[in-house]
Amino acid sequence: MIAELGHFALILAFVMALVQSVLPMLGAVKRDARLMAIARPVSIHMFLMVGLSFAALTYSYLVSDFSVANVVQNSFSQKPLIYKISGVWGNHEGSVLLWVLILVFFGALVGAFGSNLPAPLRAATLAVQAWVVSGFLLFILATSNPFERQLPAPIEGNGLNPILQDIGLAIHPPLLYIGYVGFSITFSFAVAALILGRLDAAWARWVRPWTLLAWVFLTLGISMGSYWAYYELGWGGWWFWDPVENASLMPWLSGTALLHSALVMEKRDALKVWTVLLAIITFSLSMLGTFLVRSGVLTSVHAFATDPQRGVFILVLLCLFIGGSLSLFAWRAPLLKQGGIFAPISREGALVFNNLFLTAATASVFVGTLYPLALDAFDGTKISVGAPFFNLTFGPLMVPLLLVIPFGQSMAWKRGDLLAVAQRLYAAMALALVLALVMLWSWGADNILAALGVGLAVWVMAGSVSELWSRGKFSSVGPLKGIRRIVGLPGSAWGTAVAHFGVGVTVLGIVSATAFQTEVVLTMKPGQSVDVGSYQVTFDGLSPATGPNYIEDIGRFTVRKAGVVAGTMTPSKRVYEASRMPTTEAGIMTSGVSQLYLALGEIHQDGSLDIRAYFKPLVLLIWLGCVVMAIGGGLSIMDRRLRVGAPTPSRRRQTSSSGTAGTSTSGAGTSTGAGS
Amino acid sequence: MTRKQRRLITIGSVGAVLVLAVGLILAALNDQIVFFQGPTDIVEKDLPLGQRMRLGGLVEEGSLERFEDSRVAFKVTDGANTVAVTYQGILPDLFREGQGVIAEGELIGARAFNADTILAKHDENYMPKEVAETLKKQGVWKGNE
Repeated sequence: MIAELGHFALILAFVMALVQSVLPMLGAVKRDARLMAIARPVSIHMFLMVGLSFAALTYSYLVSDFSVANVVQNSFSQKPLIYKISGVWGNHEGSVLLWVLILVFFGALVGAFGSNLPAPLRAATLAVQAWVVSGFLLFILATSNPFERQLPAPIEGNGLNPILQDIGLAIHPPLLYIGYVGFSITFSFAVAALILGRLDAAWARWVRPWTLLAWVFLTLGISMGSYWAYYELGWGGWWFWDPVENASLMPWLSGTALLHSALVMEKRDALKVWTVLLAIITFSLSMLGTFLVRSGVLTSVHAFATDPQRGVFILVLLCLFIGGSLSLFAWRAPLLKQGGIFAPISREGALVFNNLFLTAATASVFVGTLYPLALDAFDGTKISVGAPFFNLTFGPLMVPLLLVIPFGQSMAWKRGDLLAVAQRLYAAMALALVLALVMLWSWGADNILAALGVGLAVWVMAGSVSELWSRGKFSSVGPLKGIRRIVGLPGSAWGTAVAHFGVGVTVLGIVSATAFQTEVVLTMKPGQSVDVGSYQVTFDGLSPATGPNYIEDIGRFTVRKAGVVAGTMTPSKRVYEASRMPTTEAGIMTSGVSQLYLALGEIHQDGSLDIRAYFKPLVLLIWLGCVVMAIGGGLSIMDRRLRVGAPTPSRRRQTSSSGTAGTSTSGAGTSTGAGS
Repeated sequence: MTRKQRRLITIGSVGAVLVLAVGLILAALNDQIVFFQGPTDIVEKDLPLGQRMRLGGLVEEGSLERFEDSRVAFKVTDGANTVAVTYQGILPDLFREGQGVIAEGELIGARAFNADTILAKHDENYMPKEVAETLKKQGVWKGNE
């Protein structure tokens, strides 16, 4: 009964999406207020229907309704509650439903809070959003119905893949999907603007917070997924350049580019055509990522049960949306007027530089991910493109980008003064250079890349700090006023500095964990010790244990540093009852931001066992840096100048109809400290 | 600076980055890609020693041997031919005799392969696409489709 209710709600949502696709768009083109007025209530009701459907599926999981095929295949009555909930999206059907739920949620957000958008733009945006919703709802209803019954109902389910029985599943997919799907709003805005043929700085002002929101979640989602793979897979790696990872990295890279180009468009009315193109590309890459992950066309270490037949359906959807939006772009883009000239050495120039390198990097990841597919289709040759390819292409493209970050964020708009900026950054420059040289001197020429990497990371971090510092103008206003100046800086200035600081932190973590990690693989007998980095690890013995739905062998290890006990570690090997599938649970000991990492291998008859041990200095910085980046993004969203028509309600009424809400505050952001 | 000069600078720098990116990608595609081979390919194609490649197939029943310090040896088969593989390290949880496997490494002799990576899967129902096709070619595929 409940399952059927969910199914019907989904069909109802699909019908609403069809209505939403046509009528508001007609209204927007014909300027018919009644047709446009449909968009808002329908967007909210569509969300309620899909929400109801999702709730119905969750309920089926909670009560272990084994007459629903999806529950049978992915659940188990003894499973802990949290995994019953997260198991809803731990499979193909459920995860696509979550995807659509977030899609309609964003539509409902625009419907509910978009009152300051001009009516035609809002109606057209919601209509375009509904095109995507209809496509993916049809996909669910036609090929991946999560409510299919299985009769007679079995007594017990098959259980969830043990790898997925982790808190990571509860957090990572929702975050990642909010990021992926969040870009759909930007896409809909872009397509709507192309159809209506109107694009101004105010448009960029509406688009930027949505892009930022999606970007923040995508950043958190990717880093969370990386950390999950790191502790769950037991290989000690945190990024494998695997197709599934690349599928999430591509929209992140182009989304980052979009964030920066929307800034130029908002403040200077330049790069319009490019920003629209990036908005289309970013969501296209999100959909491509969904296709790659869900269709199983690529061999991936993260691939779960996949189905090629469904892949064809998504591929058709993909061609329709990407092909359609790009054709529309080619047809309508020439109508958009370019404005705002600027010198090459300027904030805009630096942002163009950023966009160039980020898109080039996106392209390199794109080629590396899809080339094996193309070659296979072309002549059947099977190849794999792994880390060496990306280290050689992606790496070099990131270096110039990192070098320019501190310059870019200190540069004035329109025409910058490179010398003045360099003078303000001399302290950061000196610090980075001295550190790099000291490291080169102490580690020797073999580690020249590591030393340069550390220098680069410090340069980016120190550059961000010095940018904030110099905006305080301590020398002219004194310390007290200076601090007040810094605290009072607008959210976007703080956001920029904090996010860029986070980039430096991540780079530092990557360089350190890659260049200076220690790896030991050996067979240990009880009582034996081994040195890992500066730690001595002693194997005390093996003991069996029973968990809620698994049995395990726990290895007990004592860790000493310079003879003093620093802690104990208990990595284990588990076998889950439902599936008889073995998994390895790594033992991790954190000290500061460095980690000692132990994974068990084969257990031998005589009580000895194979272990793999790593010491990873500063490894936590990789993910902490991403969190700092996301905080930066959040600070930027809070900037009140981003809120359309923020000043007063009466002014909002004035400006929303004329579409020039941006003008009242547009001057404020342009006078950064660089001008002085 | 005139408008024309600005445009030239913009186009020039776009071109430069484009050339850099394309150059890097082509160079990397030239020597950083790894070809996938089945045991029959390795026997028949006379591939050069020392070249990185991926070997895929089934782990032959009863072929797994374990030695000191996590060194292992096993055979990879596609039903028609077998290749002996050596590896030092910890095998993935789902590595089993009779199951599909992908080993990355280099040829060290006729029908002898030294792997430095053994690919693991998250899901025991999941068979790497390449392995499935190798097996289909030799007619030993037992799965659906």
